[in-house]
Amino acid sequence: MDDSGGNIIEVKDLVKTFGNFTAVGGLSFSVKRGEIFSFLGPNGAGKTTTIKMLTTLLRPNSGSIRIAGLDPAREPLEVRRKFGIVFQDNSLDDDLTAWENMLFHTVLYGVPAGERRGRIEEMLRFVGLWDRRKDLVKHFSGGMKRRLEIARCLSHRPDLIFLDEPTSGLDPQNRSRLWEHLRRLNSELGTTIFLTTHSMEEAEKVSGRIIVIDGGKIAAEGTPDDIKRQTETQTLEEAFLALTGRDLRDDVPGAVDDMRKARLIWRGKSR
Amino acid sequence: MSRSVRAASWGAVWALWLRQIKRYLRSRSRLVGSLGQPVLFLVALGFGFGPVFEKAGGGNYIQFLTPGIVLMGVLFTAIFSGIEIIWDRQFGFLKETLVAPAPRLFIMLGRTLGGATIAVIQGFLVLLVSFAAGFHLESWARLPAAALFMALTAVAFTALGTAIASVLEDMQGFQLIMNFLVMPIFFFSGSIFPLQSLPRFLTDVAAANPLTYGVDGLRLALSGGSYAGMGLDAAVLAGVAAVLVVAGAQLFSRIQA
Repeated sequence: MDDSGGNIIEVKDLVKTFGNFTAVGGLSFSVKRGEIFSFLGPNGAGKTTTIKMLTTLLRPNSGSIRIAGLDPAREPLEVRRKFGIVFQDNSLDDDLTAWENMLFHTVLYGVPAGERRGRIEEMLRFVGLWDRRKDLVKHFSGGMKRRLEIARCLSHRPDLIFLDEPTSGLDPQNRSRLWEHLRRLNSELGTTIFLTTHSMEEAEKVSGRIIVIDGGKIAAEGTPDDIKRQTETQTLEEAFLALTGRDLRDDVPGAVDDMRKARLIWRGKSR
Repeated sequence: MSRSVRAASWGAVWALWLRQIKRYLRSRSRLVGSLGQPVLFLVALGFGFGPVFEKAGGGNYIQFLTPGIVLMGVLFTAIFSGIEIIWDRQFGFLKETLVAPAPRLFIMLGRTLGGATIAVIQGFLVLLVSFAAGFHLESWARLPAAALFMALTAVAFTALGTAIASVLEDMQGFQLIMNFLVMPIFFFSGSIFPLQSLPRFLTDVAAANPLTYGVDGLRLALSGGSYAGMGLDAAVLAGVAAVLVVAGAQLFSRIQA
């Protein structure tokens, strides 16, 4: 089935509740094939829940999703072949080598045996990890793991990749290098990128279109300039604060937050 | 099922099996550590109760005990291999397999076969150690039958571990499983004492315990002497393994990340 009107993702009235809590409350949006699309919102806004529904990991309570014209509820296996995903937290097997993690993925995605080696080499070279292919992943830095995850998610040649906070926990050098890879990926291979990030600066630099969600609902939608114009602000960060408020949320800490807290406790700066 | 999905499905079985084996072979501490408890039981019970067992007319206790201790190694390794899903969930790797274009049944099958293979290897390692403790095989020709009972037990209990891990969020319930499931399964299976002299209610418990049939069949294969007969043992164990694989697959398929 073809995409509807060149859209690789079509979401209509999507709802997900956990008990009495509504994580996603009636989202509708679409993503065009070949664009870099950012999905922004404060912690707990419903970003990860939405990604999980789009990637068949969670079932919505109501609403409809189309990925490349396919319904994830009816054809989950076919839908999974269409996308790659880099999760917010590491999902590599640290006890395997970079090569083995890649090989494992290509087998799992049914890449023909004769094509596996070539694709793995191509992707490892693309992210600059070819020379480290025989090393166990547990010896990799955070940035190298992120790059390996990107290489892995591309090895079955998906039309669409989901990146959930791809730069969280990375230093500025690794962030910059990662964005360079993602831009090349989008321009050279035409891969659609669906991105969530906390960094407004990064979102503004790379995104064609942005959606800001808060409380499971869309607060704003458009290009970065559209959103700044709508909120009468100078930067996307100011626009984000104008849309979502400046108050702190009762966030559920993620792995990176836990690591930061542990580091502060270790250094005796916090109790 | 389309051709590509079929390729991904059987590829998933192979990949997950291979992953388990590679991780096992790379973890020397796990390899040695999981031998510790069975060897301790073999030495402490074998030499501690051996003379009493012989005086009571039970025969050579090492010959009686070894099949039970071999299956103890298989049981513990199998259950823990299944429970590894919890670690995979906590360290994020499980999500990689859950978004793969392979049916969950095949993913569960790959994990189960990988865990069961490791458990059988562990069983043979315990058997090797038991030779040093004075154990001898009644018949080398029955070694394939011994491997069959180890394999059936391993599949059944890896699937049970998978089923348990599919409904547990973290390792908090681990001690509960050890104390109220794994240890009773081991103790009331005829592994370390004969079932014939037990009170009626305990023989009923043993009869409902799948490990009893594994121990009985393995004992016949390794040392001779059986309570139920090899055919019945194999049939019951195979049936339980099939039921647990289906139940494990059902529960595994319901996991939401």
